[in-house]
Amino acid sequence: MSDTAIRTTSRTPVSRPKKGLGGRVNTLPLLGPSVGLLLVWCIVPLAMTVWFSFRRYLLQNPLIHGFAGISNYKYLLVDPALYSALWVTVVLVVEVLVISVGLGAVLAALFESKFPGRGIARVLMISPFFVMPTVSALIWKNLLMHPVNGLFAWICRSLGLPVVDFFGNWPLTAVVIIVAWQWMPFAFLILVTALQSLDEETLEAADLDGAGPISVFFYIQVPHMGRAITVVIMMETIFLLSVFAEIYTTTSGGPGVATTNLAFLIYEKALLAFNVGSASAAGVIAIVIANVLAAFMVRTVASRLDT
Amino acid sequence: MTRRSNSPVAGVLGWLAALLVFFPLIWMLLASFKTEVEAVSTPPSLFFAPTLENYREVLQRADYVSFAMNSIIISFGATVLELLLAVPAAFAMAFFPTKRTRGTLLWMLSTKMLPPVGVLMPIYLIVQWTDQLDKLPSLVVLNALMNLPIAIWMLFTFFKETPKDIIEASRIDGANVRQVIFVVLLPLVMPGIASTALLSIILCWNEAFWSLNLAAHNAAPLTAFIASFSAPEGLFWAKLSAASTMAIAPILVFGWISQRQLVRGLTFGAVK
Repeated sequence: MSDTAIRTTSRTPVSRPKKGLGGRVNTLPLLGPSVGLLLVWCIVPLAMTVWFSFRRYLLQNPLIHGFAGISNYKYLLVDPALYSALWVTVVLVVEVLVISVGLGAVLAALFESKFPGRGIARVLMISPFFVMPTVSALIWKNLLMHPVNGLFAWICRSLGLPVVDFFGNWPLTAVVIIVAWQWMPFAFLILVTALQSLDEETLEAADLDGAGPISVFFYIQVPHMGRAITVVIMMETIFLLSVFAEIYTTTSGGPGVATTNLAFLIYEKALLAFNVGSASAAGVIAIVIANVLAAFMVRTVASRLDT
Repeated sequence: MTRRSNSPVAGVLGWLAALLVFFPLIWMLLASFKTEVEAVSTPPSLFFAPTLENYREVLQRADYVSFAMNSIIISFGATVLELLLAVPAAFAMAFFPTKRTRGTLLWMLSTKMLPPVGVLMPIYLIVQWTDQLDKLPSLVVLNALMNLPIAIWMLFTFFKETPKDIIEASRIDGANVRQVIFVVLLPLVMPGIASTALLSIILCWNEAFWSLNLAAHNAAPLTAFIASFSAPEGLFWAKLSAASTMAIAPILVFGWISQRQLVRGLTFGAVK
């Protein structure tokens, strides 16, 4: 669905009988269904989004229709809501990336030392990643961050501090905290796995040379995690660009447009305002942004495929 | 901080961090055993008579069971459909590679990069035109298609690692292709297929975007059911916690079991 996708469609596998396991096997029936379905899955909706983005198309008023030229884009590009949504998207992605990758890397290094119950502690650490987004959003919103009955409010009051109304005054920060809580375990899990392939002798040599944990972390472990960190950043970026359920369940994009990211803006245009043309134009923008990032991702994975 | 040392400092820090990260889930579990009044009381009640009332009430609501059933049907249905497509494809590419295999794999990876919101409108309209809004088949198919590239990649990396010698040996011993596949290969790759299935179930179970947008009630899974608790502010925290605990428990266990293999699937084989 990226331009990489479209470029390579002309090279879909046309398998020919080939000596493999020792018999002649035609791989087309094996590979064909998946390739065909993915082709349809990536070309049809994409083509429709682009087509709709040039149409006047309101679900609630079928009388208004026809070619719109670039007016959907023109209205979108002068709409401050778009820039606000882009900014919210960038803040959300960057802050969550910094928190999750930074903490994930430090904790992964910490979990390299042996300690009693390390396996159990690791399982606890990765758990939030397996929690469905609507559940994590509501645990944080109600049980922890609620300004009256939440645990944080009680802690603040007991310490004599003013109560922080997260969703009232710091809505975007609140969303960032929730999403980072979900994605830090992902970074941690990948980086812990990457560190396991670190050569024992390198660490022993560093030990003998008197390197402390901090220099080991920065000069040995971080460089070793380099590729894994790149992969984590790419994967998280792809998913973080489309954060939706957490916003839907906690703030519905508000207050005002304070937590409306690009995904939520498109949802509002599409299923709340029923403006197919405008929603599709915004969709095209989202696809273009994701594609630029996808190109990097595909290249990173491809280099691994060659080794 | 090398792995040889049994460092007490690392132990304390490690456990502290793990408990902090896990704490919201413990707090939810505690709330699920409280009464509604205890759940919202401040200071929070730490010592309370645990009750199973919330679980009983949530389970007695006929619709909870139907939401849970929808989650099960969508996750397992999509996973079966996806494996039916992915296993042959990954098998073909791992054992009969052509010069196009690399390009095909990378193209499949790139289809996963499309943000779902980018195609929200066309998918919604296609589903509406085919009269599939709020029906299970559309969610099964969407989940299967979304995870198909991940499944193919994960299976491909597992299949790639199967020792080739054993295949040659069984050929020499006179096994035909069918026997090689079903008697020799299948048992070897079963663990890989099982981890792929687990990852797919986890991803489908937690999928929220399409569930929230394409299902209202009849086909809505647990993700959408839990979201419905966000509407009346501050009500039913204990019941919300009980419903959430039941919704995430099976998937947490799946995740714990398969954590190592998941890394491979989630990084498209770039980290093992």
